[in-house]
Amino acid sequence: RDIVKSGFNIFYVESSAMIKYRHSSPLTASHEAFSCSNCVFWPCRNEDLKEMLESNKESHKLEAMKRIVGLIAKGKNASELFPAVVKNVASKNIELKKLVYVYLVRYAEEQQDLALLSISTFQRALKDPNQFIRASALRVLSSIRVPIIVPIMMLAIKEASTDLSPYVRKTSAHAIQKLYSLDPDQKEQLIEVIEKLLKDKSTLVAGSVVMAFEEVCPDRIDLIHKNYRKLCNLLVDVEEWGQVVIISMLTRYARTQFINPWKEDGLDENNETAFYDSDSERNQTEAKPYIMDPDHRLLLRNTKPLLQSRNTAVVMSVAQLYWHLAPKHEVSVVTKSLVRLLRSHREVQFIVLQNIATMSIQRKGMFEPFMKSFYVRSTDPTNIKTLKLEILTNLANEANISTILREFQTYVKSQDKEFAAATIQAIGRCATNISEVADTCLNGLVQLLSNRDETVVAESVVVIKKLLQTQPSQHSEIIKHMAKLFDNITVPMARASILWLIGEYCEKVPKIAPDVLRKMAKTFTTEEDIVKLQTVNLAAKLYLTNSKQTKLLTQYILNLGKYDQNYDIRDRTRFIRQLIVPSEKSSALNKYARRILLASKPAPVLESAFKDRDRYQLGTLSHSLNIKATGYQELCDWPTIAPDASVRNVEIIEPVKTDVCFCTESDDESAEESSKESDKSSSASEKTSSESEANSIDLFALLCSQVTTSSFSPVKTYDLLHHMSAKGLAAKYHFPRQPCLYQPCMVAVQVILTNCSDHNLEEIHIGDRIPASLNIHCFNTIERLEPGAAVTVSMGIDFSDSTQAANFQLCTKSDKFNVSIQPVVGELLTPSTMTEEDFCMEQRKLLGMNETSATITMATANTSRLAINKEILSVANVGVVSSTQNDIFAGKAVSSGALVLVSLSLQQSPTALLTINTEKSVMASMLLRDLKQALVQA
Amino acid sequence: MIHSLFLINNTGDIFLEKHWKSVIGRSVCDYFFEAKDKAGDPENVPPVLQTPHHYLISIYRGKLFLLSVIQSEVSPLFVIEFLHRVADTIQDYFGECSENVIKENLVIVYELLEEMLDNGFPLATESNVLKEMIRPPNILRSVVNTLTDTLPTGQLSNVPWRRAGVKYTNNEAYFDVIEEIDAIIDKSGTTVFAEIQGAIEACVRLTGIPDLTLSFMNPRLLDDVSFHPCVRFKRWEAERVLSFIPPDGNFTLMTYHISSQNLVAIPVYVKQNISFFDTASCGRLDITIGPKQTMGKMVEGLSVTIPMPKSVHSANLTATQGSYTFDLATKVLVWDIGKLNPQKLPNLKGSLSIQSGVPKPEENPSLSIGLKVQQLAISGIKVNRLDMYGEKYKPFKGVKYVTKAGKFQVRT
Repeated sequence: RDIVKSGFNIFYVESSAMIKYRHSSPLTASHEAFSCSNCVFWPCRNEDLKEMLESNKESHKLEAMKRIVGLIAKGKNASELFPAVVKNVASKNIELKKLVYVYLVRYAEEQQDLALLSISTFQRALKDPNQFIRASALRVLSSIRVPIIVPIMMLAIKEASTDLSPYVRKTSAHAIQKLYSLDPDQKEQLIEVIEKLLKDKSTLVAGSVVMAFEEVCPDRIDLIHKNYRKLCNLLVDVEEWGQVVIISMLTRYARTQFINPWKEDGLDENNETAFYDSDSERNQTEAKPYIMDPDHRLLLRNTKPLLQSRNTAVVMSVAQLYWHLAPKHEVSVVTKSLVRLLRSHREVQFIVLQNIATMSIQRKGMFEPFMKSFYVRSTDPTNIKTLKLEILTNLANEANISTILREFQTYVKSQDKEFAAATIQAIGRCATNISEVADTCLNGLVQLLSNRDETVVAESVVVIKKLLQTQPSQHSEIIKHMAKLFDNITVPMARASILWLIGEYCEKVPKIAPDVLRKMAKTFTTEEDIVKLQTVNLAAKLYLTNSKQTKLLTQYILNLGKYDQNYDIRDRTRFIRQLIVPSEKSSALNKYARRILLASKPAPVLESAFKDRDRYQLGTLSHSLNIKATGYQELCDWPTIAPDASVRNVEIIEPVKTDVCFCTESDDESAEESSKESDKSSSASEKTSSESEANSIDLFALLCSQVTTSSFSPVKTYDLLHHMSAKGLAAKYHFPRQPCLYQPCMVAVQVILTNCSDHNLEEIHIGDRIPASLNIHCFNTIERLEPGAAVTVSMGIDFSDSTQAANFQLCTKSDKFNVSIQPVVGELLTPSTMTEEDFCMEQRKLLGMNETSATITMATANTSRLAINKEILSVANVGVVSSTQNDIFAGKAVSSGALVLVSLSLQQSPTALLTINTEKSVMASMLLRDLKQALVQA
Repeated sequence: MIHSLFLINNTGDIFLEKHWKSVIGRSVCDYFFEAKDKAGDPENVPPVLQTPHHYLISIYRGKLFLLSVIQSEVSPLFVIEFLHRVADTIQDYFGECSENVIKENLVIVYELLEEMLDNGFPLATESNVLKEMIRPPNILRSVVNTLTDTLPTGQLSNVPWRRAGVKYTNNEAYFDVIEEIDAIIDKSGTTVFAEIQGAIEACVRLTGIPDLTLSFMNPRLLDDVSFHPCVRFKRWEAERVLSFIPPDGNFTLMTYHISSQNLVAIPVYVKQNISFFDTASCGRLDITIGPKQTMGKMVEGLSVTIPMPKSVHSANLTATQGSYTFDLATKVLVWDIGKLNPQKLPNLKGSLSIQSGVPKPEENPSLSIGLKVQQLAISGIKVNRLDMYGEKYKPFKGVKYVTKAGKFQVRT
């Protein structure tokens, strides 16, 4: 129990820090909600885990976190442990920390208020000299889906996008997408960051930023222009996943920027005819020879080697790029690689086969040489088999049909009946497409009618029906044969098909048709609906052609149908009766009954199920499902006139030569080098940061010995003790702005003691302090102060960089007076000297959460540089940094030594942007307020 | 891109879930279960499914499903490839990718998934990089919880697939050239279709950053290849040599495909006769296997697998060599032969009994042949030499060849 309590104590300390923090940040978290959630006591089922987390031993904590992550992985709810876990976020143990991060990312959304407690840890980590820690902090921070921290995330992303480490920049590109999905209103700002990152030359960043581009602003094609060539050249060295994204984006880009290369092929044909044509003049005027844009060629050339990638997704994306962008005669370079993918996993085969099926409809030639690779194995799963069958059917032509049909014969016998049925469909399609083999196919199918398996027979009947429709006259024999089979077939679809056939061609089988109808009349009631409908159909047709024999039968069937349970059949029966049976009520339609029912019907076209799939970009989810998926980007048509190509021109910057190059590939050298360069510079930056730290220590020592730099600023004096209330002792104090001689962390305070009474005051000294720990350097006891006399004493107070008052007692020999010194925030600083470069560098390190800024409208009197300096120096004890442009000031917090950087950039007189960069965010906000007040006042 | 991942076992239990964006309820898997029930065989489950709000892309591997939830348009192969990479990584870490192994190492798997994707986009998929961030389990790690205070540097170098600071006392580089023959042989023994799928598996343990060059005696055989990202395309295109800085440990250097247009040697022939009688409810089986084009090498590990028609209910056979089993549940007959002796050809002969009252099977089952030939690459490919640059020491080098039967089917 005690452990839990102490846990909450820690909590309260943290939360109060948090509340203070709110003043200086854009957070709008409601304080009330926050404290409420603290009071709720969850029913603790995981008491043991909680105890382990509270323990002092790292190993216990680690064990507990492992178990908790195990719970999360299993999908169990571990949210009640949130307070206990979040306390470990700042742990030094990397393994523990990683697990806490995993937990945070999972539950932050549910426990938003508590999650905020961890934010400051990440903010600190964002400035870590180690790039991996910076990156992982950003990763986690951006994964916490808490809307309140959107501004913080925004700042962190902006900062990380200019980080020297490409790895951190990559992470920032990922964070862009996360922020966008959390708050789409940030779009404009995010696009700016994307624009900046697109210019990045590192291969690490390229894939991620293009992904962000695709997610946030896929329509901003204009951002790509300048980076197009660079992306093309980097492509080979980008990691495989990035390649897929970049290729698909470039495919879309190319379709908007280049003109159609396919006209070339068209023109070729035209030229050929024109060769024999007499009026070649006309041809010359319209045939402007197509010249491919060099950038278009660049893309095709640079993507081609990727066909050799081990990653199937990369190969597929290059294949689709060639399909959609390359001149027709070049597309076939992708064939071999696509066929190679068929050896990969089942799922890969499935998708690749789907795409080949679509391609093979338009371009038989591409895959014909590889026909045998699509032969079906008995061990293939059914969906793979049917896809292969589809492709084989698409590839069939006069030359290879006999081979294919022989192959099909094997398939028909397959144990997999679903597949056998699909094969029969395929045979039907071959028969309609290639008229030479129509008879062979038909005969083969008729033979299948005597197959023992019913599904095979049924499928054959259905296919034969379709085939016969194309040339019914020659095939009365087949119809007779099918009529004979009719008794043995039970599959409804097949029975219905036979009935329809007999009805349609009843005049060709005048003797058999009425007999079939007679049999149907007997079994009508037990048939399936689809068969019943066809029976009614057959009856009607026979009634019109051969009413002598079938009149009674028809009427009998119509009567049965009239009372059928299915309303479709009742409706149909009623309709047919009105149509064919003449009665006084019957309408004029009666006359046309024959023409309606026995109209010649167009033969069905047997086509591939993949016929329309080419409306979707190949390799996409939409293509795979044959449904437009959410977020699908339509591939637009080629523009008729090429847009300006010069938009892609970039000024060439001489690449810096480096000695060692690991992947020596002449074309990619520049890319290599640039990434190397950035690597180098990142390590360099780390070096400088440590250097500057060393510098700053020196500076501090220097400053201590230095006399005040801001002597001209007016000194404000404050009352400490009024003589009326202190028996004649009056005390005033001011901040002399001198470094405290006693201890460097103290602020120097001068106290002027005056004796306003008419008697001597003896033994003036400082008594108790509240709190007792308050670190004060006292002045020496003043033995005697004569009436009317005044004395100035110096003391030092360590305010610990807070504006909380220092309370102590001022004592005389006989009395004690409680006094307090309330520091102004500006006095808690000490000036720091630095050059403008140093200032800029330090400022860059203190971005994001460490930056507080405000736009202010200054009083007109203050717009001059001198006035600004005076005003700022009057408020804060900072040093002026000589600068050419802005007004910048540097200082240090006295006790912690944290840098406080103030800069004021005039935007448009009298408005200016006042920025304060410091780790001490509370200080920053207060200082900002004070400075603002000073500058705005006249 | 990838929103969530569910690991599901054969019986439909979800035993791991990971969400990279906000949490998606398990109920989304119901659509998958529906499709799974409809498909019957897990192999037949469509890899891409549509539900009202999400898209499901799944793979089936090692008797478990990896099911990913997608919310918007994406290249399905991208997801499938990634899921297989996840399975590969698990296999690499724990030796196999199975339900038990994952359940035992749940936390490590979860951490791996966390590292592999960021916001649904692949972050680190190279085994060398992952292993530096998350150590594979070993005895040391399980005894003391050692801290991983080193941070990976691989991702930042120009050799992102290789970990930094590799050190070995024995420097060695071994390459296995493995070729698989895919073939369909028809009833009469003629080859309908045959091709070779080759791969060069490497095991490289070399100190520092070695730069290797592998050349072939007859590179012209290879016209359809795919490479590990470490291989320099340009060098291959210009000189037909494999030039690369290898990852540390085991990896597939390249795969190649020698297509059906080339003549492919078939190492064995199969004489078979399977027939079922119309009258009696039985059938006869007679299979003999003999050597065909073995290039003078011994054929080992010979086996024949026959998925019998469902109506066959027992087999009474005698094998002159090896042994056979007939699984009554799956109706699969497996004849394990072993080494092929050219003097005494193995033969399997006997009768099959069929359930009475059931019509005789429509067609004969096809046979799948398994075999292995050591010290032979059936395509004739030969490694010429391996050179190392960039490091001073002399490594041990070795090349091994082996030919196996891939999808080798004999139709009957």
